[in-house]
Amino acid sequence: MSATTWSWLVLLFPLLGSITIALGFKALPAKVAGVIGTVSIALAFACGIAALISLLGEDPEARHHASSLWDYASVAGLDIKLGIFVDPLSIFMVLVVTGVSTLIHLYSYGYMQSDEGYHRFFSYLNFFVFSMLLLVLAGNFVLLIVGWAFVGFASYALISFWYRRETATRAGMKAFVINVVGDIGLVLAAFLIFRELGSFDYGTVFERAPEAFTTNEWTIVAICLLLLVGAFAKSAQLPLHTWLPDAMEGPTPVSSLIHAATMVTAGVYLIARTHVLFELAPTVADIAAFTGLATLLVAATMALVMTDLKRAIAYSTMSQIGYMIMGVSIGAYSAGMFHLMTHAFFKALLFMAAGSIIAAMANEQNIDKMGGFGRAMRFTSITFVCGALALAAFPGTSGFFSKDEILAFAEARGGMYLIFTVLGYVGAFLTAIYAFRLVFRVLPGRPCPEAQELIETGHLHHPHGPPVNPATGEPEDTDVGFPGAEHHIAEGSLPMRVAMGVLAVLALVGGLVQIPGVDDVVEKWLDPVWEGSPLAAIHPSLGQDYVGLGIGGFIALAGIGFAYLLYVRRPELPRTLERRLRPLHTLFANKWYFDEAIDLLVVRPALAIGRFANRVFERVVVDGLVSGTEGTVRGASEVVRTVQSGFVRSYALLLIAGFAGLALYFLLSSS
Amino acid sequence: MSIEWYIVLSALLFATGAMGILIRRSPMVILLCLELMLNAGNLALVAFSRMVGNGEGQIFAVIVMVVAACEVVVGLGLIVAIFRRRLPLNVDDLRELRG
Repeated sequence: MSATTWSWLVLLFPLLGSITIALGFKALPAKVAGVIGTVSIALAFACGIAALISLLGEDPEARHHASSLWDYASVAGLDIKLGIFVDPLSIFMVLVVTGVSTLIHLYSYGYMQSDEGYHRFFSYLNFFVFSMLLLVLAGNFVLLIVGWAFVGFASYALISFWYRRETATRAGMKAFVINVVGDIGLVLAAFLIFRELGSFDYGTVFERAPEAFTTNEWTIVAICLLLLVGAFAKSAQLPLHTWLPDAMEGPTPVSSLIHAATMVTAGVYLIARTHVLFELAPTVADIAAFTGLATLLVAATMALVMTDLKRAIAYSTMSQIGYMIMGVSIGAYSAGMFHLMTHAFFKALLFMAAGSIIAAMANEQNIDKMGGFGRAMRFTSITFVCGALALAAFPGTSGFFSKDEILAFAEARGGMYLIFTVLGYVGAFLTAIYAFRLVFRVLPGRPCPEAQELIETGHLHHPHGPPVNPATGEPEDTDVGFPGAEHHIAEGSLPMRVAMGVLAVLALVGGLVQIPGVDDVVEKWLDPVWEGSPLAAIHPSLGQDYVGLGIGGFIALAGIGFAYLLYVRRPELPRTLERRLRPLHTLFANKWYFDEAIDLLVVRPALAIGRFANRVFERVVVDGLVSGTEGTVRGASEVVRTVQSGFVRSYALLLIAGFAGLALYFLLSSS
Repeated sequence: MSIEWYIVLSALLFATGAMGILIRRSPMVILLCLELMLNAGNLALVAFSRMVGNGEGQIFAVIVMVVAACEVVVGLGLIVAIFRRRLPLNVDDLRELRG
């Protein structure tokens, strides 16, 4: 079978899984639903591998195919097909998405076991994977937007999964609204592209674009800026990032799959996919790169001070996506995609390990209350350290190779782009500190009561009393929106251990596929996609690569050492630093006041305009028109009604007088 | 005898009926006055028929009588119904259908 057939099958299985689970939720036992969900994604992964093999059998230059099933919309010169575009980039994304998703489904199978919404969860999760695959396989901008909006919805549904939790539903709405801002940007960009180039098809658009636009012409600048709005909203870049930390209200597998490994990297994919357009608007590409740089630094500082375990990892996600956005914007396409892949491995792993710890803590996420889990949960701790090592770019791990690839490219491009290298290393230093801050705060030290209980008895008792939301203390609705009273930790669940084990191995050795000058698998595979791009022709020399790796390794070790000094050797030092740098700490802990700024600049004016419109337009104009019409009709009927007096004799008088009048008229006019 | 006498008599009868309808309040009397008006019409029809010299006018008069009989049936039925419900037999009081 051809690569396109396999790709259609990749799309089919998650969709079938989602529908089957959704329709059969009454008939299917919970375990069966979990198996269906996991197996359908695993089948999609297998089909992705088959598509990969089938593409490998072809000439590197011929590895792009468009295929369409039927017309999606065909009117007046507009011909949109339900079509997919299969090339190394989309297959790369398919493999990352389905591969990581399979493992996360497996993890959820154990983790969500006692949840009331088990079927709902797997149906949503399969739907999400389908949407994400549609997004990456789409063959034109319309289907891209469909997939884009679908993943937005799936994200909303899964953040608000425990829908009786006030905090969760609020976070879901916030994520949805900010994502819709991005959707609008993307839709407007697609409109502009159609107006200028007369097509939505990737092939046609990228072929016509270089002839239709001159460099930095205002239309292409507008298109790229609008695309960036979409990419930034989805990928949580400044200033549209505030939804991502709040999205941690969702179940941990959701944070792991959607808000770390796959959906939030859609913006990176979008920029890589439309790199032809961005090369025509280098100014916008630089704006994107600087935004990525700003995000990676700002998010890293926030990750340094967060006391919520999952939120700290969420800020780290933002920061890492900043690296990717920076990479694909400056032209390090393969490196950016490579970092996307390794990040999917280690960040999914970190979230899984965090989920296991949070389950042990009965949904408490505050790291101030944790400690001593290193002895209590050996497997979880080992995988957590593996993930943290990869995140901190410890030499030899996957993050080590991918992060430095981006920074080495920036160095090779030279000039202004050296800023990215230098500040990228600053970010790497912060990354190592915050990654190991979490490790040192949670794993060693005096065991907290839960850890103590695990060490002594090997299992955890269920908490007594009615369950409450640990974030707000409000009582939980145990019928629907409730994670369950059980503690599903990795130590007690084989599927969770398998998923985490595989990811831990990948996080450690996943980088070996792309050792500069040795194998370069990812780069060679993705190279045909960037064919003809002048930026992709820039390659850092081997010397630059290895010097970069050396600096990166040294910085990672320094960061880890610094974290060790701060959080293990001299645990009082962070407090002292906090007091000394009070304003800075306040700024970081309050997330740079982004929420407040957005509230002040967008939400409040919008509310004020709304109130003004309510007072003036609604109350005066609209209500005036409506009640004016009503008053006229009422007044007229008042007059007419007085004639209907009910006096039969007055009717008779009118009748007779009328006829007499008529008779007189005819008599007079005839004579 | 010329036609004018008949016409004048018919007109007088018609005016009497109309006046009765306008000034009397009893539904019974109103019904009688209606009959008077119809028969004024009949008289005119018959007179014209004699003047023209064929029977068509008389046929019309017979039809009007049939209509009048039907109308009396309905009218008297209403009056009986009103009477049975012990409502006042006064058209000025029976005005629940006012707008």
